[in-house]
Amino acid sequence: MAVKDYLRQRFFPHIWCPGCGHGIVMSGMIRAVEQMGLKKNEVVLVSGIGCSSRIVGYLDFHTMHTLHGRALAFATGVKLGRSDLTVVAPMGDGDALAIGGNHFIHAARRNIDLTALIMNNRIYGMTGGQGSPMTPLRMRTATAEGGVQTPAFDIVELAKGAGASFVARTTTFHAKELTRIIVKAIRHKGFSVVEVMSQCPLYFGRQNKLGDGVKMMEWYRDGTCTIGSKKKEAQPDLIERGVFVDEDRPPYPNQDVEDTD
Amino acid sequence: MSPERSNVKFIQGNEAVAQGALYAGLQFYAGYPITPSTEIAEILSRRLPEEGGTFIQMEDEIASLCTIIGASLTGLKVMTATSGPGFSLMQEAIGYAIMTEVPSVIVNVQRGGPSTGLPTSVAQGDVLQARWGTHGDHAIASLTASTLQDVFLMTVEAFNIAETFRTPVILLLDEVVAHMREKVVIPAPGEIEIIERLWTSVPEGTNFHPYLRREDGRLPMSSFGGVHRYNVTGLVHDMWGFPSTDPDIAYDLLHHLVDKLENRADSIARHKEYYVEDADILLISYGSSARSALQLVMDRRKGGERLGLFEMQSLWPFPSKTIRAKCEGRRLVLVVEMNRGQIYHEVKKAVSCPERIFLANRFDGVFISPADILRMLNMIQGKGV
Repeated sequence: MAVKDYLRQRFFPHIWCPGCGHGIVMSGMIRAVEQMGLKKNEVVLVSGIGCSSRIVGYLDFHTMHTLHGRALAFATGVKLGRSDLTVVAPMGDGDALAIGGNHFIHAARRNIDLTALIMNNRIYGMTGGQGSPMTPLRMRTATAEGGVQTPAFDIVELAKGAGASFVARTTTFHAKELTRIIVKAIRHKGFSVVEVMSQCPLYFGRQNKLGDGVKMMEWYRDGTCTIGSKKKEAQPDLIERGVFVDEDRPPYPNQDVEDTD
Repeated sequence: MSPERSNVKFIQGNEAVAQGALYAGLQFYAGYPITPSTEIAEILSRRLPEEGGTFIQMEDEIASLCTIIGASLTGLKVMTATSGPGFSLMQEAIGYAIMTEVPSVIVNVQRGGPSTGLPTSVAQGDVLQARWGTHGDHAIASLTASTLQDVFLMTVEAFNIAETFRTPVILLLDEVVAHMREKVVIPAPGEIEIIERLWTSVPEGTNFHPYLRREDGRLPMSSFGGVHRYNVTGLVHDMWGFPSTDPDIAYDLLHHLVDKLENRADSIARHKEYYVEDADILLISYGSSARSALQLVMDRRKGGERLGLFEMQSLWPFPSKTIRAKCEGRRLVLVVEMNRGQIYHEVKKAVSCPERIFLANRFDGVFISPADILRMLNMIQGKGV
């Protein structure tokens, strides 16, 4: 099927700003579903609230735009109600990890067979650029003009610590890698977390003088490297991309692990 | 009719809820432990999987309600249960269920409040929270009961109303009703009508409008995973389920959400009457308070006093017309409840004789007794205490 066959064109134009990265994530999502040969009736998207969460309205699957932070709780009900369906929860960073942090760690702990697709633009975009738990220390926001005073979460480490059985990170610059990772995450049986670094030139970039969308994507190219890359030795500040965790563990609710001793 | 011995049970109120829910066809339960409603979760964690259903304990009450709403969209009959503080946490998702018109049953076993309050004591302080707890203009359906047979019945009715009107229904019980034990006869299958969800007849390949109402206001549904794909959102939405800021659409949607319940208040209304016909003093009560009210009515009838009891089993939508008619011509009306007058004020608003409406209440965690009500009745009548 062509990409446009997955879109609800009736609801365009979309609400995203020029230069926003979320459209690239939407494209990655469509390509992943197409590559896997999933039927549109087999896919459910459950989002929360925020710029990124609007993704569900534009895609021709079963879609649910829910409450701020609660996407994974609603998605849990959908998955347990119809375990044969592929359920993906696209969320923003504030959505998933501030107001939705509790649901995030418990979905990971349960290892329920859902995919959390976190579009990390490091800011609350919909409300005009306030700091999120992913805003790095000293970066400027609409509620911290002098720079934020608290450190950010590391989504990968948080997901690992909470027990997610699949954890990956990529960026909107690496579009093909993004599709590959979404495919792997959906195929994975258990809770899969995909962090996609996605640029917000208007509300994060502008306040921090990071340039336009293209400039920010170039930084994703230059500021990241694949896991275990030699570049990281020379430049320890590089952010690693790739699949960090991919464990074969029975998903909720059949988690009785046999004693092998 | 003599019921089968095995259908006669001596059970706790919370178990009557669980039994009623299973009778109504409950398939999915999510919850979080909280006194005094925990037994509902405990019982269903065992019984529901035996019936082929799903039980899950969530990380909090917010997640519990969100999870059952998700499950309801896959076509299942769903319920959660909680008490005061948990009910406060659920208010956000109650609004979502109202806005998205997803059938769901929410049990709130009331305890003393505000805040953590009196966790193991009785109260009826959440009546107006059930009505107005979530933000924005809306309507809600809420049922209650005073006997365990009625707890069973009202639980079934809660599911029926939820499925008929595609709405969350709040089953508002209290600690005394939930924890006391009483005889309950479990009806045979088919004895109480069970209403199933109205499914769309629109065939695959034809445009399905998830929020296009029939002439009778009902919305035929298609479940997630079915042949029709559509969007569900808590934003104001059009007939496609897509967000809209069109004033006409917003006006029409809000009207529909309120009218579908308020315009049918009389058909949703459930109540019981005891000696009401000739009563010159009418007691209005509900939940466990109605037990003491009924006891007082029967005691005073023996002495020839014309007392009667109107027991409300549906609180919302408020049955204003019925209350107005029942209060007409009474010497005085006494509302008996365990709060600061939450139904009392509604009754005063509904009647033509507000000066004859009085309140007999307790809000100290102690169950209101017939003697308490009599003391207040005497005081109102200038008979001293």
